[in-house]
Amino acid sequence: MKYIDEFRDGAVARAMASRIAAECEPGRSYAFMEFCGGHTHAIARYGITELLPPAIRMIHGPGCPVCVLPIGRIDQAISLALTHGAIVATYGDTMRVPASGALSMMKAKARGADIRMVYSAADALAIARANPAREVVFFAIGFETTTPPTALVVKQAAAEGLQNFSVLACHVLTPSAIAHMLESEEAQKMGAVPIQGFVGPAHVSIVIGSKPYEPFAAQHRKPVVISGFEPLDVMQSIWMLVRQVNEGRAEVENQFTRAVTREGNLAAQRAVAEVFELRESFEWRGLGDVAFSALRLKPEWAAFDAERRFPLDYRAVPDHKQCECGAILRGVKAPVDCKLFGTVCTPENPMGSCMVSSEGACAAHWTYGRFRDIAVVGVAA
Amino acid sequence: MCLALPARLVERRSADEAVVELGGVRKTVSVALVPDARPGDYVIVHVGHAIGCIDPVEAERTLALFAQLQAQPDPAPAAALHAPQGAFLQEVTP
Repeated sequence: MKYIDEFRDGAVARAMASRIAAECEPGRSYAFMEFCGGHTHAIARYGITELLPPAIRMIHGPGCPVCVLPIGRIDQAISLALTHGAIVATYGDTMRVPASGALSMMKAKARGADIRMVYSAADALAIARANPAREVVFFAIGFETTTPPTALVVKQAAAEGLQNFSVLACHVLTPSAIAHMLESEEAQKMGAVPIQGFVGPAHVSIVIGSKPYEPFAAQHRKPVVISGFEPLDVMQSIWMLVRQVNEGRAEVENQFTRAVTREGNLAAQRAVAEVFELRESFEWRGLGDVAFSALRLKPEWAAFDAERRFPLDYRAVPDHKQCECGAILRGVKAPVDCKLFGTVCTPENPMGSCMVSSEGACAAHWTYGRFRDIAVVGVAA
Repeated sequence: MCLALPARLVERRSADEAVVELGGVRKTVSVALVPDARPGDYVIVHVGHAIGCIDPVEAERTLALFAQLQAQPDPAPAAALHAPQGAFLQEVTP
């Protein structure tokens, strides 16, 4: 497929790996965080860890919207369906995230909650049109990529005069989360690792552009290289980071030039600005409350805001005691450091959110990496 | 969650909708966020919406670097790698 296959060429990847190794300065170690789950997935799936020299360590970041969604938000979505009798439309990713009371959206559905998986926010709107006598709530999660589509459906619902449609807005913002990891005392207290540079978001940056990372790179003296999600994109971006570190630079560079500009997608930004405003604070799993890191509907769209339409309280819920998702999301621990990993917590029966989404660090390691650390035993002839 | 794929725009159906094709599969998606996309363009499709377009010139530049990398003997580093956006890979552009 055009613009996909060319960026997965193994021979080029090997050539690039040897250049990266040649450019690592002897005795120096490099720790980079790939913020996005999409990069985490690519690194695990294509064996990029194995291609990189030992001096480079990749730390998996919190950029998986399903993983950072706190239990309290899933509880709200379930209560909309179970208690308030609404049809809740959701992206499939959230269905298996463990919630309170041994529930998940999937289990709530089995108990009779009318929860429906949709591919697009527009599908949620179609459900509302088809069910005028029912309340229909779209569980709007995701980073800056899914926010513009949510903004469009809110505007569309208003244009059509739909009375039974609303959204539970849980859209979160990437740049504030990256900054929070380096700035927040709370995050530092919870444990953080020294990071020398960031592999920056691919599709999020298509929407917001490369500009929003510039103050961050300058203020924290950390290089950011915006990278596509294909394996050669990731390799090239790591190479560019190694160069920045070697040369003492801390700039925002763009590897994903075929899709990302400095300004981003202005039409998408306009739609978001029209419908959404900043929340003062939002809870992230693993990071705690992060100031100005999420969006809610502006007051003029209150009729479409599920938080205003229904009596919903937000209650923070702690994770499973032994679940290490929080520390894994901050890069302090690896999936194998968790007692639950691969024993009681598997993709079929996830205990924590990092095992739910294929972009989660635990699911990626389970799927592609769990046999890596096991020694190959020869069989005597 | 942020999964998105480049697909070829086949036909615009209305101001906001278009048919795209990827690997032989056709689908109608919203193009409200890429108002300037035209048939033949590659758009990046995410949750039923095109959220951006592929710049074919920039894609070729990146691929030209990859080709050059493979052709070059080790370990001469490609000096063009960290050129800033826009000036990217001038040395290998034919």
